[in-house]
Amino acid sequence: MEKFKKMKVSAIKNGTVIDHISAKDLFKIVEILNLEKVDNPITFGTNLESKKLGKKGVIKISDKFFLDKDLDKIAIISPKARLNFIRDYKVFGKKDLKIPNEIYGIVKCVNPKCITNFEKITQKFEVLKKDGEVALKCKYCGKITHKKNIILT
Amino acid sequence: MKNKSLVSITDFSLEEILKVLDRAKEFEKNTNQNILKNKVIATLFFEPSTRTRLSFESAINRLGGRVIGFTDPSSSSVTKGETLKDTIKTVSNYSDLIVMRHPLEGSAKYASEVSSVPIINAGDGANQHPTQTLLDLYSIRKTQGKLENLNIFFVGDLKYGRTVHSLLMAMSHFKPIFNFISPERLKIPEEYKMFLDSLKIKYFEHESFTDIISEADIIYMTRVQKERFADLIDYERTKNIYILKNEMLKNTKDNLKILHPLPRVNEIDIDLDENPKSYYFTQALNGVFTRQAIISLIMGL
Ligand SMILES: [Zn+2]
Repeated sequence: MEKFKKMKVSAIKNGTVIDHISAKDLFKIVEILNLEKVDNPITFGTNLESKKLGKKGVIKISDKFFLDKDLDKIAIISPKARLNFIRDYKVFGKKDLKIPNEIYGIVKCVNPKCITNFEKITQKFEVLKKDGEVALKCKYCGKITHKKNIILT
Repeated sequence: MKNKSLVSITDFSLEEILKVLDRAKEFEKNTNQNILKNKVIATLFFEPSTRTRLSFESAINRLGGRVIGFTDPSSSSVTKGETLKDTIKTVSNYSDLIVMRHPLEGSAKYASEVSSVPIINAGDGANQHPTQTLLDLYSIRKTQGKLENLNIFFVGDLKYGRTVHSLLMAMSHFKPIFNFISPERLKIPEEYKMFLDSLKIKYFEHESFTDIISEADIIYMTRVQKERFADLIDYERTKNIYILKNEMLKNTKDNLKILHPLPRVNEIDIDLDENPKSYYFTQALNGVFTRQAIISLIMGL
């Protein structure tokens, strides 16, 4: 049984494992990290059993480590996700994600009449929690972008 | 307040709001003062709004300042594709203060970030219009003798009406009771109700005018706009429910005043114009004194 579990998503030698992604958020994470443009070997797993989340997703990317900006993106979509850094098949570091209070750039404002959708402006959002989910309040137009509407810049 | 931009009513503290109102009172007594001599103020209207522009330009002229700018973007470099940033950077070299109105939301905040002179927001889309709020506060204080403990009725489009939202936020400093009269689809948004709940401010929602208006100190009317309705028949029916008529004021309080940001369509019957409880035209005049006060305080005068 233990062995079978390990085989579900194969191990990587060096790289990053993004674990504890809510299963429903997996493809959004793939999208926001722009993984379809990455050439490194990537393994996905989804609808895996998880005591904490019910169904979880996992992404394993060889030879890649993420920037803080990427971590903020993951935190906004799936705040319970955890990153494991792998070297020689061993975890040498873990990182729980923290939802930032403010985010810069990254996301487009949902309001089609917002100035930030017309001029080259670094977007600024205040991060609010609404019904347990992250919502982003535009510092320019004041409108709220909900998680389901998030589009990246 | 010196050199501070006014983008949203929340940019001003309670003390600063009261300072504006006190200064406006001085300008009402003594309207023509030459304190803006040798100052140049730009009025940039990226969308036309004759009423607001004239009010600002009257305020500037009565203070002896000079006005540059445009009244319609088709006559300016904006139509040649110039960015807002470049327009503001350029005009801030030519002026001491910029008053701007723009159809895009957040434009005034962005302008305040790139400008070397203060910005006064004269309306950015459906977002903010803080000088309207200040003149509304001035009108309320002037007619009621106070701002505290008033029963304020908002009528019409409470969902999209930016003047309603900003005035509600500003009045929340003064222990009000609010009554909201609107059709179901144009109800006051959830976030404002949450805001009032958090401050324990009492409010009541109604779908039509009832005897309840006998308790009003202020009735703030707004337009119900056709664009908000998918169905024209629904619009025609709805807009006629929210018309205030002279005979409806029979049992209202003596101190009641009817306010409206203007222009009106049909939501206030013209037979009410001669009733001393109607106040909307004087409210518009108060806009000049209030804008004089805002400009002079931002200029540090
Ligand atoms: Zn926005």
